[in-house]
Amino acid sequence: MQEKKYFTRMGDGSIVHMTEAEIREDMKAGMEDAVLRGKVEPLTDEEFEHLYNIITMPGTIVGVEPGMQIVTTSDSGSDKINTKCGIPVDRAVNAMIHERILGCDSVDIGYSDYNYKTVKGVAKREATILKHALNRTTMPLFYGAMPNLGFYTKPDGPVDNWAVLLPEGKIKESLAAQEEAVEHAVRDIVYVAEQMYDVGADGINLDTSGAAGDADFLVSLKATEAIKERFPDLNVEIGMAGEFVLGMHGKLKYDDVRLAGLYPHKQVKLAEKAGASIFGPVVNTNCNMTFPWNIARVCTFIKACTAVAEIPVHANTGMGVCGVPMCENLPADIVSRVDKALVEICKIDGL
Amino acid sequence: MGGVRTAGDLVLRMQLSHKMKINEAKKYVAEKLNVTLEELCDVVTMSEVREELGLGLGHVEPCAEANIGMEAKFRIAELLGIKINSVERFKERAGMK
Repeated sequence: MQEKKYFTRMGDGSIVHMTEAEIREDMKAGMEDAVLRGKVEPLTDEEFEHLYNIITMPGTIVGVEPGMQIVTTSDSGSDKINTKCGIPVDRAVNAMIHERILGCDSVDIGYSDYNYKTVKGVAKREATILKHALNRTTMPLFYGAMPNLGFYTKPDGPVDNWAVLLPEGKIKESLAAQEEAVEHAVRDIVYVAEQMYDVGADGINLDTSGAAGDADFLVSLKATEAIKERFPDLNVEIGMAGEFVLGMHGKLKYDDVRLAGLYPHKQVKLAEKAGASIFGPVVNTNCNMTFPWNIARVCTFIKACTAVAEIPVHANTGMGVCGVPMCENLPADIVSRVDKALVEICKIDGL
Repeated sequence: MGGVRTAGDLVLRMQLSHKMKINEAKKYVAEKLNVTLEELCDVVTMSEVREELGLGLGHVEPCAEANIGMEAKFRIAELLGIKINSVERFKERAGMK
């Protein structure tokens, strides 16, 4: 008799069928990769078995026990219906759809060009849309965008492009350009935050932090600190771009901790220090590996993060992160398994 | 959690304002509403509780009792003992404070 094979997927979403032995082997390899890279503890035997059961349990959609549900935040949430589905809806209406039809616990209003540098020029108009939404919705509303430090480079921005300077061997100039860009970005974010606070935003979402490396992550930390100092009632969520902070600069520090190379369990401590209310860790999905490999790796990293976190952790579970496949139309079989594993094994506080 | 269908928006407010972890936030809200943790996540129980307390609902039938938006947030701020920024702005601009 042929050995039983289970339906699962690759990191790019394509279907694959695997035996129990193959699944366990991939899970072990994924977990060991996280232990090696992050210098974190492996899953316990009990957690490993529980994860195996989640991966192989029957049903297209799986879930948690009643009462174990958790809350959600988003990035560019109120613009997804427009930009991803091509349905032209006012963003204030979009927020109501998220509240009353989709049952979201919160949503963020964000510009379609989702970055603070672009928003700065239209911040008051953006605040008007947020105000409309705040008047008509009950749930918490954020204003969200990315720090996106790359946008501050010439020819579109004010500073020299470090990605051009580095290959030319102009190391000092490259470091100086990044440091200058940090100051511009922090100023822009705080300016936008001020407009949003003025209309009553519940929070500011600094999404995809660290996308341009350690200087980009530093922007989020410094901006959070500045926002909390000026507007103590305005809460901040920091969501990450990748699982570790890329050392484009390499020497930048926050609270005397070098930012380059930090993994989620170290990132969260700096987010706390800066004053963030919620931290959104990311673990990259590897398209060439299986879901069992990816999710075991994810759980190892995220468990280490929640174990040390003193603020709520909302794991990022969009396309291509935390075990969710890298494809436009996401398969609910994998997404629901990711969510269940993150809740039950990693003890996350939200998604 | 289901947002206004259950109590997800309320739990998230406690995470934001007091940096509460999920279990602490759920326990806090459940105690304020006098429901169990299971009921806190249940759409049927919470629809009744929210309607009774005027905390905002997912469905808005046209009737005088159907609170939603700003009027619901006034009540939520009072119930949870927290400051909601949009409520504070509304009060300021309406000359209520």
